[in-house]
Amino acid sequence: MDCVHCNAGVRDAVLRILESRKHANDVFDILEVLESEKEKDVNTAVSACSKLFCTLLERKDLFIGKLPGEEEAVSGGSGPGEKYSIFMRHRYNSCVEMLLDHLSHEAHSVKESALCCLMKFAAGEGLHPLEDLDWSEHYSFPRELIQTVVDRLLSKTTDNTLVLSRFQEFLEMEDVRFYAMRLESCETECKKYIFNQTFTFSTCDVKVIEKDLKHFTSLQEHKRVFERMWLGFLKYRLPSSMYKKVLVILHDSILPHMSKPTLMIDFLTAAYEVGGAISLLALNGLFVLIHQHNLDYPDFYKKLYNLLEPSIFHVKYKARFFHLANIFLSSSHLPVYLVAAFAKRLARLALTAPPAALLIVLPFIYNLIRRHPSCRVLIHKPKPLEDPYLMDEEDPAQCCALESSLWEVKTLQKHYHPDVAKAAMLINKPLSEQEEDISEVLELTVFELMERDLKQTQTKTIPLEFETASQLLQGGGNVLGQHFCLN
Amino acid sequence: MGKVAKKRSLADKVRKTKTSSEIKNNPFEVKINRKKFEVLGRKTKHDVGLPGVSRSKANTKRKETLLKEYKQKNKCSKFIDRRFGEYDTNMAPEDKILQRFAMERQRGHDKKDMFNLNEEEELTHYGQSLAEIEKFNDLANSDDESEEKGLLSAELTASHFGGGGGLLRRKASGDQHEDEGGHRAKSRQELIEELIQKSKQEKRQRQVQREEAQELTEKLDQDWKSIQALMVKKTPRAEQADEPEEKPKLDKYDMMVRELGFEMKAQPSERMKTPEELAREAREKLQTLEADRLRRMMGQEVGDSVQRQSHLSADDLNDGFILDKDDQKTLAYEDGKWNIGEETGEDGDEDAEEGESGEEDESEAEEQDEDGDEEAEEEGEEEGGSSEEEEEDGHSDLDSEQESEDEGRQQQEDEETSAEVEKSLSKEEVKAQQEAAKAELPYTFTAPEKYSDLKDLLYGHTPDNQRLIVARTQKCNHPSLAVGNKLKLQKMFGFLLEYIGELATRSPPELTAINKLIPELYALCQMFPDVACKALQSLLGDAAHGLEEVLEVKGHVAFPALDMLIYLKVTALLFPTSDFRHPATTPALLYISQALTKCPVRSLKDITTGLVLCCLAVEYVSFSKRFLPELINFLAGTLHLAVQDKTSLGYAVVPPFRTSGRNGDLLVLSDAESCKNWSKKELPLSATHHLELQTDLDRDQHRLMCLSTCLDLVKRCCLLYKDLMSFPQIFQPIRTLLSKYLQVQTLPEPLQELHSTILEVISAAPVTNTPLVFEKKKPIPLKLLTPKIVEVLDYGKKRGSTKDEREKERLNHKYKKEFKGALREIRKDSRFLAREKLNEVMNRDSERKRKVKELFGSLATQEGEWKALKRRKNRR
Repeated sequence: MDCVHCNAGVRDAVLRILESRKHANDVFDILEVLESEKEKDVNTAVSACSKLFCTLLERKDLFIGKLPGEEEAVSGGSGPGEKYSIFMRHRYNSCVEMLLDHLSHEAHSVKESALCCLMKFAAGEGLHPLEDLDWSEHYSFPRELIQTVVDRLLSKTTDNTLVLSRFQEFLEMEDVRFYAMRLESCETECKKYIFNQTFTFSTCDVKVIEKDLKHFTSLQEHKRVFERMWLGFLKYRLPSSMYKKVLVILHDSILPHMSKPTLMIDFLTAAYEVGGAISLLALNGLFVLIHQHNLDYPDFYKKLYNLLEPSIFHVKYKARFFHLANIFLSSSHLPVYLVAAFAKRLARLALTAPPAALLIVLPFIYNLIRRHPSCRVLIHKPKPLEDPYLMDEEDPAQCCALESSLWEVKTLQKHYHPDVAKAAMLINKPLSEQEEDISEVLELTVFELMERDLKQTQTKTIPLEFETASQLLQGGGNVLGQHFCLN
Repeated sequence: MGKVAKKRSLADKVRKTKTSSEIKNNPFEVKINRKKFEVLGRKTKHDVGLPGVSRSKANTKRKETLLKEYKQKNKCSKFIDRRFGEYDTNMAPEDKILQRFAMERQRGHDKKDMFNLNEEEELTHYGQSLAEIEKFNDLANSDDESEEKGLLSAELTASHFGGGGGLLRRKASGDQHEDEGGHRAKSRQELIEELIQKSKQEKRQRQVQREEAQELTEKLDQDWKSIQALMVKKTPRAEQADEPEEKPKLDKYDMMVRELGFEMKAQPSERMKTPEELAREAREKLQTLEADRLRRMMGQEVGDSVQRQSHLSADDLNDGFILDKDDQKTLAYEDGKWNIGEETGEDGDEDAEEGESGEEDESEAEEQDEDGDEEAEEEGEEEGGSSEEEEEDGHSDLDSEQESEDEGRQQQEDEETSAEVEKSLSKEEVKAQQEAAKAELPYTFTAPEKYSDLKDLLYGHTPDNQRLIVARTQKCNHPSLAVGNKLKLQKMFGFLLEYIGELATRSPPELTAINKLIPELYALCQMFPDVACKALQSLLGDAAHGLEEVLEVKGHVAFPALDMLIYLKVTALLFPTSDFRHPATTPALLYISQALTKCPVRSLKDITTGLVLCCLAVEYVSFSKRFLPELINFLAGTLHLAVQDKTSLGYAVVPPFRTSGRNGDLLVLSDAESCKNWSKKELPLSATHHLELQTDLDRDQHRLMCLSTCLDLVKRCCLLYKDLMSFPQIFQPIRTLLSKYLQVQTLPEPLQELHSTILEVISAAPVTNTPLVFEKKKPIPLKLLTPKIVEVLDYGKKRGSTKDEREKERLNHKYKKEFKGALREIRKDSRFLAREKLNEVMNRDSERKRKVKELFGSLATQEGEWKALKRRKNRR
C-alpha cells in the first residue's frame, strides 16, 4: 500500500516539477525516496530521476559551465532562472552520486536500473553538454561520468559480474567502448582482469561497425587503443584459468583487431614454453602469426612433438589441437623421420586413449602415412625385431621411429569398441589413396559414440546370454564376486 | 542371221518329227548337269537337261503369246470371250460349268415352255441318261457299293485305260497314249480278266458274310427281347426286398465298431532318453551356442540365431517363450492343496497339437460344463495347469469317468510334486518360510500397470517372497493365456529394472532382494529380448547423457551410484559381453570406460566404486580378451595413489589421476603397523554407496583391501592381455611403478606375492615382435576371355541364328533368283521380239527388192524390145 502510494507520489512530484518551477523543492522528496531501504521504492525513484533529469537536460534547465557553490548562488545576485538551474544542477550532481552508490547495492535490480539511468544521463550529457565548449562542432563525451561509472563497476569488494554483463551491452556503442578502453590503459592491475573478462567478448564485432566509425574516430586509432589496452593487460601475471581464457579467444577476437599483431609474439612464445594445456592453446595464436605474419619459429616441430603427452587425449581442447596438428603436418616437405616420429608417438600414446580420441588418432596416423608414402614401412616391414623406438627421447630425429613399426595399431585391433577395432583393421591391407577427413570426428563425444549403438534400429534378433543367471555376482569369471560381497 | 533362223527352224522341224525317247537317247541333245556330291537316295530332277527341247518349247510359247500380242498391237478390234466367268480366276472350273449350264437352262425356260411337263428333259446321273442306266438293270444297289466304288473304279479305269501300275502315273498325259495302252492291253487280257473275276468273287464272299451277320444279329435281338422282359420286371422287386432288411442292422454296436476302426491309434511316444543321451544333447547345445558366441565375437554376421526354437508348434505365439527350465512351476492350488505340476513347454505344445487334431469344439463345450459344475471358482487358475486335461479326448461316454480318474491321479501327483518342490528347497528354514507363505501369499497376482503397483505388490515382503510374487505374477500372466499379457509382462520388465534401481539407492541398499530378483529378470529377458534391450539401452543412454551434460558444465563428474553399477552388472548377466557389437553391452562398456576416465578420485569411496567398475570391466572383456586402455590407466592411477614418494616419477599418469596434488596419497598407509593383522576379506558392495571409517586403523584396512583388489585386477589384466603385441608397452608404467616406486616391503604377505607374480608375468613377455606386414593379397588373375561357341551344324552355308533371320535369308535368296529369272525372261522376250521385227523388215525388204527387180526386168525387156524394134528399123 505504502509502495503504491509512494510510487504515485513520486510520479506526481516529477510531473509537478516539470510543470512549473514553483514545485522545485519536491525534488528533495524524490531524492529521499532514492535513499530508502526498500528495493521497489528505490527502483521507482531511479526511474523518476532518469525521467526528470533527462527532460531537464533536454530543456537545458541545468546550469552549464563551471558550477558555483550553492550558497554563493543563492546569496549571489543572479536571475531567478539562473538560480533555478544552479539549484537543479546541484540536485543532479547529488542524484548522480547516489546512483553511483547504488551501483554497489546488494540488490541486482537496483544496480541495473542505476546503471541504466547513469548511461541515460551520459547519453543526455553527450547531446547537451554541461560544459562550455567553444568548438561546438566537435563531439563531446561525458568522460568523467563514464570513468566514475567504470571505476565503481570494477570495485574489488563486490561481485559485479551481472551488472558488468549489462554494461557490455552499452559497450556495443563504439564511443563508449573507445573511451572505456582509453580509460583502461591507465588502470590498476586487479581491476584490469575483471574488466577484460567482460571486455574481450564485446570486441568481437569491431569489424561490423567499421563503416559507422567514420564519423567518430578512425579505425586505426580505435585499434591502437585496443592494442595498448591488451598489451598493458597481458603484462601482468595472470592466473592459469585467465591465461587459458585469453588464449582461447586470442586468435579470433584479439589478433585480427590489433594494429600490429606481431607484438603478441613474446606473449605467445612464452605461453608455448609453459607446456601442457597452455602450450596447446598457444598453438592457435602461433599458427596465425606463422601463417599470416611471417613468423619464423625455430624448433617448432620439436616442441610440437614434445607436446604429445598422454594427457592430450583427455583435455578439453583436443579437437582444436588435432585440427592444428593436422594443418602443421599437412606439408609434404616435412622430413620423413619427423612424420614417422609423430606417427609412432601418437600410436604409442593411443594405447592409453579413450575411444573417442582413438577415432581421431587412427585416421590421423593413416593420413600421415598417406601423405608421406615413405612412411609406409611403419606398417609394412617384413623382418621381425624389437621395438627400437625411444619414447623418452625428446628429439624426433633421434628417436628411431622409422626403424620401428606401428604394433600399437595392431594391438588396437583388439580394442573393445567395435568402431575402433574396425579402424585399426585398416592397416592389414595397403591403405587407400584417398585421405580421410578427420574434421568430422574431431568433435565426437562419447555419448554420440554410444548413441550409434543405442539408436541403431535392429531388425535382427538380439543375442542373449545363454548361461542362466541366478545370482547378481555370478558370471564373467566371477571377478566381482571374488572381491565384493552383497552385504 | 537369216541362215541361223533357217537353221533353227530346221532344228525345230527335226525335233518335232522326233519322239522324246529318240531325243533323249541322242547324246548331242542331252546336257548333263554335273553334281558336286553324290547323295544316296536323293532323287534329282535336273541331272539331265534338254536344252534344245526347252528352247523350242519356249519359242513356241512365245509365238503363241508374245508374238500374237505383238501382232495385235495398235489394233482396235479385239476378240473377246464373253462366256460366263471366262476371265474370273477365282471361280473353280466346275462352278463355271455349273453356272453356265444353269444359265443355259434359264434361257431355255421361256414362256412357251411354261406348260411343258418335263417331256423333253432328260434326267441324268453323272452325265449319263438315267433311262439308259435303267436299261442295264444292274442290281449292285447295296450301300457297300458306294464305298467300294472309288477304289474299284480307280483300279479298273487304270487297268482299262492302259498298262497297269506304270500307266497310273501317266494318267494325265491324255489321249495320245491311248493307242499305246491299246497295244499293251492285248498282251494282258488274261490278267485283267483275272482281276475282274477276283473282284467279283470277293464281292460275293462279302455278301455272304453280311447275310450271316444279319441273321445272327436278328437272332440276338430276339433273345434279348425275351430276356429284357424278365429283367425289367425283376430288378425293382429285388431292391424293394433288400432295403428294409439292411436298415435295422445299423445299430449302435455297428457304429461303435466302425468308429473304433477309425479312431486314432495310440501313437508310440518318444522313448525316454538315457542320462548319457541327455548329457550329450546338453553338451551339443552348449557347443552350438558357444560357436555362435565366438562368431559374434569376431564380428561376423550371424545367419540365424541358434537360440531360436528349432521347432515351432502351430500354437506358438512367436513370443520367444520357451519353457525349458526346471525352476518354472505352474502355481495353482486345488482343494486347498498345492498344485505344482511340473509342465514343460513341450508338453504344452503336444497338448495343443493333439487338441487340434481331435474334435475340439465338442470336447471343449462338454469340458466347460464339467468345469462349471465342479470347479467354477478355480477356473482362472486352473486353465494354465490343466490344459492337458481339457483337451485330452472328446468322447462323451468316457469323459466323466476319465475326468474323475484324472483328477484323482492328479491330486496324487500334486501332492507328490509339492513334496518334491519342498524337498528341492529343502532347508528347514525355507520350508518354514513356505509354510508361512502358504498362509499369506495369494497365488494369483494381476500384472502391475504402473510402477507404483509393483512397489505396492512387493512392499514389506522378504526377498524370497518377493521373488515368489514376481514369479507367480509372471506365471499368471503368461502371454499364452490372454491377449494383453504379453504387453503387461513387457511392462513388468521395465518396472522390475526400476525397482532394482530403487532397491540399490536405498540406504542401506537391499542387495539380497536384488539378488533374488535376478532369475526372474533373466526369465523375462529371455521372453522379450527386444524389450529388455530397449529398457537397458534407455537406462544407459540417460545415464551417459547425464554424465555428458555434467562434464560439459563442470569438466568432471562424480562416480556413478550403486544403482548404475548394478545395472551394468545386470546388463552383463542378461546379454553376452563378448559380442563384437551388441546393442546393450557395447554402450555399457563405453559407459564404464567413460566413468573410469572422467571421474576424479577424491576419496576411499571413490576408489572402491572405481574398483567395482574395474571388476565389471574385467568381467566384460574376460571372455573376448578385448583391450580396454581405460582399465589399465585406472589401475595404474590407483597404484600411483599408493606410492609414497611422488617426486621424480619415471612414468606418466593419465587423467583423471594427477601426478601430485590433493587426494594424491589416498592409498598411502598412515601406519605401517596396521598391515600386521590384516587379512583378505570381501568388500561389501554397499561401500560404494556409503563408507564409514572412523579410525585410522579401519581406513588402513580398507586401503589394503583396495590395494589387494587392485593388484589382483592387474594380475588378471596381465593374463588377459599377455598375447597383445604391445603388451610390454602397455604395462610399462605399471611395471616401473611396481618395481621402483611402490614400497613392497611394508605390505602384507599376500600382496607381496601378488606383486612378484605380476612382475614375473610382465617380464616374461617376448621382446621381439612379429613383423607387421600387409595381408597377402590374392593375385588378380589375368582377364580370360572365354571363346564364344556357336553351334555350326552345316558348314559352308551362311545361316542366321534365329528362325526369323533364316526365313529372311531364304526369302532374299528366292527373290534374287526370281529376279534373275525374270530378267532373263525379259531379255529373251525382247530378243525374240527384235528377231521378229528384223524378220519382218527383211521380209519387207526382200519383197521390195523383188518388186524392184521385177520392175527393172520388165523395163529391161521393154527397153530391149524397143531397141530390137529400132535395130530392125535400122536394118531396114
